[in-house]
Amino acid sequence: MHLGIVTQTYQAKIYVTLRPSVLDPAGTAVQTGFKQLGYDNVGPIRIGKYIELTVSADDEAAASQQVDRMCDQLLANPVIENYRFDLQVALVAGAAA
Amino acid sequence: MKFGVLVFPGSNCDRDVVLVTRDLLKQPTRMVWHQETDISDLDVVVIPGGFSYGDYLRCGAISRFSPAMQATMAHAEQGKLVLGICNGFQVLTESGLLPGALVRNRDLHFICDRVPVRVERTDLPWTQAYQPQQVVTLPIAHGEGCYYADPRILRELQANQQILFRYCTSSGEVTADANPNGSLGNIAGICNRQGNVVGMMPHPERASDPTLGYTDGLALFQGVLKSLALQGATA
Repeated sequence: MHLGIVTQTYQAKIYVTLRPSVLDPAGTAVQTGFKQLGYDNVGPIRIGKYIELTVSADDEAAASQQVDRMCDQLLANPVIENYRFDLQVALVAGAAA
Repeated sequence: MKFGVLVFPGSNCDRDVVLVTRDLLKQPTRMVWHQETDISDLDVVVIPGGFSYGDYLRCGAISRFSPAMQATMAHAEQGKLVLGICNGFQVLTESGLLPGALVRNRDLHFICDRVPVRVERTDLPWTQAYQPQQVVTLPIAHGEGCYYADPRILRELQANQQILFRYCTSSGEVTADANPNGSLGNIAGICNRQGNVVGMMPHPERASDPTLGYTDGLALFQGVLKSLALQGATA
């Protein structure tokens, strides 16, 4: 029996981080906070963004390509930020675990 | 000469600009809602300060995709004049009309102050009413005004004379102490390669009305009027 292409929902977990060359004064402030709490063994802190979203696509390659474009166009500013993401098939609500 | 001032949800310096161009300089001015697509009647587009779209994600990141900004990009490509002030500067860097980016101030504070700024170039419509190396006092009010660009872009800006304003001491020296927000090269304002698109963190529109006590910003708008009048005369 032939099955047509089934569209699949993928969940992307996206991490946007400041490029190493860009100063992160907020990270430095948090590091100072830890020092004041008595943690004198904490190294440099960099603060980034974490974004979750879902896309429906024919296959993982198509989903990955689209998420990559979305990161480049809007979620990250390539002048100051880097990004990476993990992709996995989204669990359907109500499905047996 | 017709001015248009873009209005995004969250813009809050739009009326200040209108007060200068319409009330002080007596030029036809209209406010352009962010959903508008036709701005072909305008000679000059001003992107005002504020917190467009709540500054969500990054300052200016979402405004960039608005219909009015798409129209502004086409306007700029035709060589027409565009000025971005504060949040407007952030929108211009996000949209790629100007190079670099504006990130959190070095000391994390939102800075609301009046600072001396040196005019680095005076052969552009925007800056021609100033004297070379003139030191002017302009208000700043921003949390993300630290100009960043990679070393290659900085060299290009320098080589092409795209840096228009630098933070300086009251006597005009560009020093680290005179840098309020950590901007690379004390950069307060730049233009694109062609010189028709300008972005700056200081607010010239808030230093134009004599009632407010400071008028060093007015020359910026007067310079534009002068060049447009000349253009009209030769056209």
